[in-house]
Amino acid sequence: MSILVDKNTRLLVQGITGREGTFHTNQMIAFGTNVVGGVVPGKGGQVFEGDKGNLPIFDSVREAREETGANASIIFVPAKFAPDAMYEAADAGLPLVICLTEHIPVLEMINVRSYLDRRATRLIGPNCPGLITPGEAKVGIIPGSIVTPGTVGLVSRSGTLTYEVVYALTQRGIGQSTCVGIGGDPIKGMDFIDVLKLFEEDPDTSEVIMIGEIGGNAEEQAATFIKESMTKRVTSFIAGRSAPPGRRMGHAGAIVEGKSGTAEGKIAALEAAGVRVAANPDQIVDMIV
Amino acid sequence: MNLHEYQAKRLFAEHGIPIPHGEVAFTPEEARKITQDLGGRAVIKSQVLTGGRGKAGGIKVAQSPDEAEANARAILGMTIKGLTVNKVLVDELAPGIRQELYLAALIDRGRRLPMIMASAAGGMDIEDVADKSPEKIHIAHIDPTIGVRGFQTTYLARAMNLPREVWGDFHKIVVGLYDCFKTNDASLTEINPLIITGEGKLLALDGKMSIDDNALSRQPRLAEMRDFDEEPPTEAEARRTGITFIKLDGNICCMVNGAGLAMATMDIIKLYGGEPANFLDIGGGARADQVATALRLILSDPNVEAVLFNIFGGITRGDEVARGILSALEQIDTKVPMVVRLAGTNAQEGLALLAEADMLTAATLSEAAEKAVAAAKAARETGRKS
Repeated sequence: MSILVDKNTRLLVQGITGREGTFHTNQMIAFGTNVVGGVVPGKGGQVFEGDKGNLPIFDSVREAREETGANASIIFVPAKFAPDAMYEAADAGLPLVICLTEHIPVLEMINVRSYLDRRATRLIGPNCPGLITPGEAKVGIIPGSIVTPGTVGLVSRSGTLTYEVVYALTQRGIGQSTCVGIGGDPIKGMDFIDVLKLFEEDPDTSEVIMIGEIGGNAEEQAATFIKESMTKRVTSFIAGRSAPPGRRMGHAGAIVEGKSGTAEGKIAALEAAGVRVAANPDQIVDMIV
Repeated sequence: MNLHEYQAKRLFAEHGIPIPHGEVAFTPEEARKITQDLGGRAVIKSQVLTGGRGKAGGIKVAQSPDEAEANARAILGMTIKGLTVNKVLVDELAPGIRQELYLAALIDRGRRLPMIMASAAGGMDIEDVADKSPEKIHIAHIDPTIGVRGFQTTYLARAMNLPREVWGDFHKIVVGLYDCFKTNDASLTEINPLIITGEGKLLALDGKMSIDDNALSRQPRLAEMRDFDEEPPTEAEARRTGITFIKLDGNICCMVNGAGLAMATMDIIKLYGGEPANFLDIGGGARADQVATALRLILSDPNVEAVLFNIFGGITRGDEVARGILSALEQIDTKVPMVVRLAGTNAQEGLALLAEADMLTAATLSEAAEKAVAAAKAARETGRKS
């Protein structure tokens, strides 16, 4: 039915006592996600009083994993502490870590990536909305009300633009297998190719929507991958055609640098790989129907 | 955040990179005094955060203190690509230029590593070199755990065909530049040109440096280097309010939550024949006061003919945004037509609140863009008639 998260996901929340951590833990539980505990260094032994019951809080991810059998964690801690949280989750051997935190310095993320690449931990984010498998589990902040179960896989660098497309799909009765927001930072965990590969292998995903934006060359790399290794249909939209060069459009990674990272270049590469590229987000749904 | 040439070069010097002697002058008289101290000859260089200073006449050589004063008088106050020159760097003249090189430390996003980029084709726009003769650009990726190694600088020096007598100094400069890059959380440190002087020494004649905005909180010294004169006041105010705002030249403003959706909204305005007047991301959970500030900022642009609100509620709540729009409209007297598109969390509540206000509503993004472009056109035609 899905990739990365489902009914078997046993989730830890790093930073569960913070404002965002608390709010979204309740939201995730309300959606049906199996949240098994929280981690806040120094608050081990305390209890998280959620809307739907209490959860144990641990001092460390390692302890939390041993006690709860957690197999994923989500990070809701400020940028200053988020790299530590990612290192800790990887060190504890969690197979999946999702980091929502925005504003982590790039050089810090280079170190985090290099550390994770030497371990069996998959990272989604940072600076992302997380992911959601309709009917099974929501790990992040994608509104549960806009999704519906189905077979379209969706992967995106943006948050609200993803909501826009998912909502339009749902309104037209087109369900989703899993929606993954990989985040808007230049150096991150899973990139388009990593997620596309999982969708290609997932028997319950019939086709894929990929939402990219200006900056970097992840879309171009994805185009090569799609051409060489994907049998499933891919439909895309690239944001930022009207963005001026040299300006960072909100996301740290969304910048046209000189001649690289333009929307035109990405669209051309995708079209050459047989991907249908929509001119505007509303059009994507028409192309899927 | 981009640094001025003089700021970048001073940081280079802290990492052992040789730079010309020089000082910053804010007046022609100061430029004269500095030139005197440098021995009577100098180059006067405008300090503005844009390229193409030389072509614009913003860099002039002075053979005497008198000429330095005259040059500084000509350069100070001039406008280069919309930016006014408020200060000049007065640098000693290089003792002859035997060769101009290019050297930079930056991040390779694809490889997720820092890299050193070097070329013997210095002194020109490196993008052009990359375009026309990519074989002239040489790259060494840096593993952050071991830093720059001798074999890498030897490789670069060989590839650039540098004379062997400068290899030792070149190694020190590359190490220093990477060190400067890393210590200061830069996204780019660039020396262009790095020259071989008549005496066979290496010297960083010009420097450019960009700091990772996300690292400024842990780089307080660099955060203080921000030149507020160089930032449009509207963008500065937006930044302080926690909104990302970029001013553009179009006629239709947009206020959106989320960077990707904001870009898509700009794109669709263009698709329907309008021109976006700005990029504006009010962020997640936008509060009423932020919305009000944002609206005031975008309406301060006299070219604006319509405003498009596109809010997709997730964390952000539609009713909260609607309250912000209403409270802003109480403070601002405007006749600019407005189109609102609210979807997601509390969208219906938001639309109900806005029903009283004189605003157009739209169900989809396409419809909103179409209405905004039409409203702008109508406003323009009414304007012509009256």
